Amino acid sequence: MTANVSTSPEPAAPLDATPPFWRRLLRRRLAVLGLVVMAVCVLGAVLAPWIAPYDPNEQHFDGLTIEGAPLPPGAMFWFGTDLLGRDLFSRLLYGARTSLVIGVVANGAALLIGTLVGVTAGYFRGVTGAVLMRFTDLMMAFPALLLAICLAAIFSPSLWIVAMVIAFVNWVQTARVIYTETSSLAERDYIAAEKTLGAGHGRILFRHILPHLVPMLIIWGTLGISTTVLLEATLSFLGVGVQPPTPSWGNIIFENQTYFQSAPWLVFIPGAAILALALAFNLVGDALRDILDPTQQGRD
Amino acid sequence: MTTATAPLLPAGTDPAEVVLAVRGLQVAARSDSGLMPLIEDLSFDLRRGETLAIAGESGSGKSITALACMGLLPQPAVRVTGGTIRLGDTELTGLPEARMQRIRGARIAMIFQEPMTALNPVMTIGRQLTEAIRAHEPLGLAAARTRTIEAIRAVRISQPERRLAQYPHELSGGMRQRVMIAMALALRPDVLIADEPTTALDVTVQREVLDLLRDLQRELSTAVILITHDMGVVAEMADRVIVMRRGRVVETAPTASLFAAPQDDYTRQLLAAVPRIGAGQARPAQGSPLPDGGDTLVRMTDVSVRFPVRQGVFGRLHARVHAVEKVSLDIRRGETLALVGESGCGKSTIARALVGLVPHEGRIEVGGKALADLGRAATKALRRDLQIVFQDPMAALDARMTVGELIREPLVIHGIGTPDEQRARVRDLLERVDLPALAANRYPHQFSGGQRQRICIARALALKPRLIVCDESVAALDVSIQARVLDLLRDLQAETGVSYLFISHDMAVVENISDRVAVMYLGQIVEMGSRAQVFGDPRHSYTRRLLAAVPVPDPQAPRRDMPRLTGEIPSPVWPIGAGPERKVLVDMGAGHMVAPE
Repeated sequence: MTANVSTSPEPAAPLDATPPFWRRLLRRRLAVLGLVVMAVCVLGAVLAPWIAPYDPNEQHFDGLTIEGAPLPPGAMFWFGTDLLGRDLFSRLLYGARTSLVIGVVANGAALLIGTLVGVTAGYFRGVTGAVLMRFTDLMMAFPALLLAICLAAIFSPSLWIVAMVIAFVNWVQTARVIYTETSSLAERDYIAAEKTLGAGHGRILFRHILPHLVPMLIIWGTLGISTTVLLEATLSFLGVGVQPPTPSWGNIIFENQTYFQSAPWLVFIPGAAILALALAFNLVGDALRDILDPTQQGRD
Repeated sequence: MTTATAPLLPAGTDPAEVVLAVRGLQVAARSDSGLMPLIEDLSFDLRRGETLAIAGESGSGKSITALACMGLLPQPAVRVTGGTIRLGDTELTGLPEARMQRIRGARIAMIFQEPMTALNPVMTIGRQLTEAIRAHEPLGLAAARTRTIEAIRAVRISQPERRLAQYPHELSGGMRQRVMIAMALALRPDVLIADEPTTALDVTVQREVLDLLRDLQRELSTAVILITHDMGVVAEMADRVIVMRRGRVVETAPTASLFAAPQDDYTRQLLAAVPRIGAGQARPAQGSPLPDGGDTLVRMTDVSVRFPVRQGVFGRLHARVHAVEKVSLDIRRGETLALVGESGCGKSTIARALVGLVPHEGRIEVGGKALADLGRAATKALRRDLQIVFQDPMAALDARMTVGELIREPLVIHGIGTPDEQRARVRDLLERVDLPALAANRYPHQFSGGQRQRICIARALALKPRLIVCDESVAALDVSIQARVLDLLRDLQAETGVSYLFISHDMAVVENISDRVAVMYLGQIVEMGSRAQVFGDPRHSYTRRLLAAVPVPDPQAPRRDMPRLTGEIPSPVWPIGAGPERKVLVDMGAGHMVAPE
């Protein structure tokens, strides 16, 4: 703000027509990179039966050396083979199906539960808020892995059950963070201004609070991807996750971690896949956060 | 104090000695489009015992100047790109941080606007002061403690030994600022930079802190750079003034001549825009000196707002904050009722109770209908009649909505008109508050503070309310912009007949805009009457003190001596069942109501 004592109007930032959403997203190179990686993962998962060179569970005789050790990456088995002589590339493609469901669905469900609980508790406060947040604290204090094992043991393990179990364990951190953010937003003047204009709770929550939580949700969403994928791996390692021989990126790592020194590709390649997926979501999420924030406009 | 008053110097010091010399200082900020100059070619000399005011509106570069002298610029984003700053024989620009640390606090000290954020909240006052002293001087604990007590006593804080054991949050704002001053002056620096030292303080507290600064400066002959936007403070404190605008010096002059004969147009306009007490009478009475008992729009009867203070695991009700205590007042159609008082007196709480943001006891009637008796639908309808404009427009606007959406919001909520009609109304409203129609597609952050407040006003007007509550609505604006927003409010009133409940701590602004004035103290009204009655013939001692404390933007004005207060304002927290004594207002004639003392 500059001082204009005379009658001339105060200067303001020049108005640029905001380009359409897609163009703004595609203008960011890192975001495009993230989108490409995501697309590769999704296509790989969907088209696995057509592009996988072998059946993921087939144990190849020529997939092991004479001594019975797995083969390193080569012309025949692109990413090498595992201890049972199975083709790692095919297993990765099929494993993407599991890991994407876990990373996207389980993680999304966790975000949704966490947001619902956090926003309700943070906006309405009072008894409802207190009960919800005490329950959240209780969940937080309870060892997540133990809870997941109990739940997974009760229900017969399937991919979707595992996803729901992970969601049920993982929503607490989101709830806690969203609660704090919501309760500070609810105290702001602009919410008071909306109330004096006569806006109802629904309008305030959906139009004036949720949009402000988007940056935080994007951060927690992308952070959650690698943790959920690895939690699934832990569960299947303990026998309560996705059942072998169904591959997932996490359980490929866990099955082979003891041979890390003699057959490092068995750990590094699926590890890199998880990393790439999490990074891709992170890059796209970052770009989305900037694009959706009007105060950042004109900076790209 | 005028420029003629020579500081009383300790023997042996040269009054003309230059302690700080700034030559051709340039500061620039790094941005995407290269270096953006924040200060260009600033030069000044600061002599021992002198007070130099750097005045200007926001964005003028006055605080950047202070930070540059302290070596506290947020480098590397903002840095000195040219010029020199010499403190005695030491060149400060480009001095390594390790050496700057030894100078900072010992030879050049600074006090900030907000003392609460400048003090460490988890350390006692005593430890902070002792540490500051021991960081620069090799003193033992006991010796440092003695120095600390001396310093606290020097800033006229009673019971220094007890204060040392207290934490910052246990002190009032004025006390905290005194502690900051004590800390700054404990090492007897050559230069003290005071960056808006009293802006966050109430006007009576501001008076005390300014008096204290002046006294101490005389005793220690410290050179002071006073950075302020308040021309009243400049007139009272400074020997010389530098007026800055957009990083450049507009005018440098001794205070008396600057106020008497400003040379630059900008200075003239700046001085003209400063609201002054006494200037209000010169304006024609604004079309609404309604006869007594005129059409009453809002009637408050015995309205109280109390907040519970809960303690312990089970949240047992422990005490209550009596924020507003049985207040009765009327607001007439088309008038402006000003509610004045210092922070914590309950004036904003009344506003929030009126627009339904905090629950209240007692009766509030709007147009003859009591708020409490209405159902949901009727309450929502009544909301349309009562609108509020907050202090900080950026906080009051949803940053993720365009201005068009924001102004349209009330119309959408109440289902008024078709989308096309709503858009047309938004255009009308924007035009009404002097904003271009294009503004509708932009976001609030793309506007300046004054423009944002216009957006808030446009939004409040959208529902054609009968009363707009202005809660410190111009307090955060620069004076020139403040004057124009006040003009806009006045025009709108003349045009639409809307009433204002104008809440402010600024007596000069209140005198400019109000028809009637109510003075609040500790949750109760102590005096209420027409503007002429309250300003011309203040009867209550608190009203008088408020008026006397306002800095006058005229160095020639006689200083009204005020009794120096050392006591604290009584607390509005009362145990259950107890409460303050109720003040019954007595009519002194012609509607001038005063609480007996």
